[in-house]
Amino acid sequence: MSISREDIEKVAVLARIKVDDEQVSALEKDLGNILDLVDQLSAADTDSVEPMAHPLDAVQRLRPDEVTETNQREAFQAIAPATEDGLYLVPKVIE
Amino acid sequence: MQWDIVIGLEIHVQLATRTKIFSGSSTAYGAEPNTQANAVDLAMPGTLPVPNENAFRYAVMFGLAVNAEIGRRSMFERKNYFYPDLPKGYQTTQLEQPIVGPGYVDVDLANRETKRVRIHHAHLEEDAGKSLHEDYHGMSGIDLNRAGTPLIEVVTEPDMNSAEEAVAFARKLHSIVTSLGICDGDMSQGSMRFDVNISLKPKGSDELGTRTETKNLNSFRFMEQAIAHEVERQMDILEDGGRIIQETRLYNGDRDESRSMRTKEEANDYRYFPCPDLLPVVIDDDFIEDARSRLPELPDARKARFKEQYGLNDYDAGLLSGDAKLAAFFEEAAAHGKDAKLAANWIQGEFSARLKAEEKSVAESPITGAQLGDLVVRIADNTVSSAGAKKVFEALWTGENDNVDAIIDAKGLKQVSDTGALEAMVDEVLAGMPDQVAQYQNEEDPKKRKKMLGGFMGPLMKASKGQGNPKLFNEILVKKLGG
Repeated sequence: MSISREDIEKVAVLARIKVDDEQVSALEKDLGNILDLVDQLSAADTDSVEPMAHPLDAVQRLRPDEVTETNQREAFQAIAPATEDGLYLVPKVIE
Repeated sequence: MQWDIVIGLEIHVQLATRTKIFSGSSTAYGAEPNTQANAVDLAMPGTLPVPNENAFRYAVMFGLAVNAEIGRRSMFERKNYFYPDLPKGYQTTQLEQPIVGPGYVDVDLANRETKRVRIHHAHLEEDAGKSLHEDYHGMSGIDLNRAGTPLIEVVTEPDMNSAEEAVAFARKLHSIVTSLGICDGDMSQGSMRFDVNISLKPKGSDELGTRTETKNLNSFRFMEQAIAHEVERQMDILEDGGRIIQETRLYNGDRDESRSMRTKEEANDYRYFPCPDLLPVVIDDDFIEDARSRLPELPDARKARFKEQYGLNDYDAGLLSGDAKLAAFFEEAAAHGKDAKLAANWIQGEFSARLKAEEKSVAESPITGAQLGDLVVRIADNTVSSAGAKKVFEALWTGENDNVDAIIDAKGLKQVSDTGALEAMVDEVLAGMPDQVAQYQNEEDPKKRKKMLGGFMGPLMKASKGQGNPKLFNEILVKKLGG
């Protein structure tokens, strides 16, 4: 299975990763190889196999609804690039 | 051209759990920014989510309340997009196997018809944080206290055909989740938010038109306005021969305007995939039966009981049973007041008008159901006239006094209902008005006679210093004047 340049460019935009033309050519080849490898799985007959939701054969444990976390804002904000009035500051984004 | 309007809703309901859906951080409203945003909520490396049992319990209770199938095995997916109030870069949500499957809600409409709105499904997910775009030196401020608050997103089938039906459904859903106690229902704080999908099709056509989605409406009034606005916008385009673009729109209620937010085809590619951090959640019979045992009386059952137990008509029972707090107020008043119908009238009249005028909720009412009940007793046994009762109500409301009988005494509002005393007053007044008496007795039209009776009431009320029972005065007058 092959992947087109347009697919790569689209995925890169969605993932916010900047790729230049040269990298797109390399990725076209590398990702194509990976997809070929995955494609081999399609050869297996899976008609009677239920789709796997998770590799572990276990179910999720649930937690009682009790507050266990305390306020550690100071510790978290010490490593943030910019804060003010208790807020994390980020470059302005308005849709 | 005539058009059919087709409306489907997506409703985000904030669950009233103590903690977040995947962490033990508090969800209390109004805390200082980021004091309830901890390692899991901030998406610190190495953290893992652990789901909140109560979020599942509440979702199951909701499912049972809307006659839905419960997802015995439910899964979480990641919905990927970048926005600063979403620290992980994805929202943990449910796509393939939601906790609540297909169900339905029956909605009473103003024309007394009942409309069934089907629920497609409802799923659990986490809320995002809040972005504050006021100026922080050209930057935006982010408060992540809300990030990770549990939500259920309820998705309906496109079963509504007018703004009125959509709002009636939304109110019913509000009534259900607040009755269940799984959501505080406070719309001004964003506890319930509505997305409205609207399309038009030529009247009678089976083919659905292209729809738009108007997002994040947080009041019933804005929802109604936004639907009217969008229907008109689409109608204008279609009648000019244009076509509707599938897009997300934002409605500005203050200006009654909407604008396009993004077109679906270019922006929304969320690349959902199963969340590897969370195992499948299995809901067994015990869990479902436990949730069922926690179900309180729901609005439909309450309405039926109000009709049966208190003899209310369908309309009154519907109005009083919808809101859990109003229903409790009514029942308290009815228990104290003996006369349920009269209590219902006072609650829908004076009481509701006063709440509305002062923008108060039932919980904020300065008077209790018991006090209103006591007042109803005194109206029913003729101790006070309805005009006098309004004065008592006023004194209760302003907190001048909290005892109905004490107010009646202090203000001299007690009606004279002693027939002997009233008859004497009538005799005296009639003796002083011979012309009017003769006029009345010569009049043959019963309607005019009835009107003429009013002419005697003024002097009678004056003679009794406003304390004569008007109903008894009337009866005595008719008797004395010869019918």
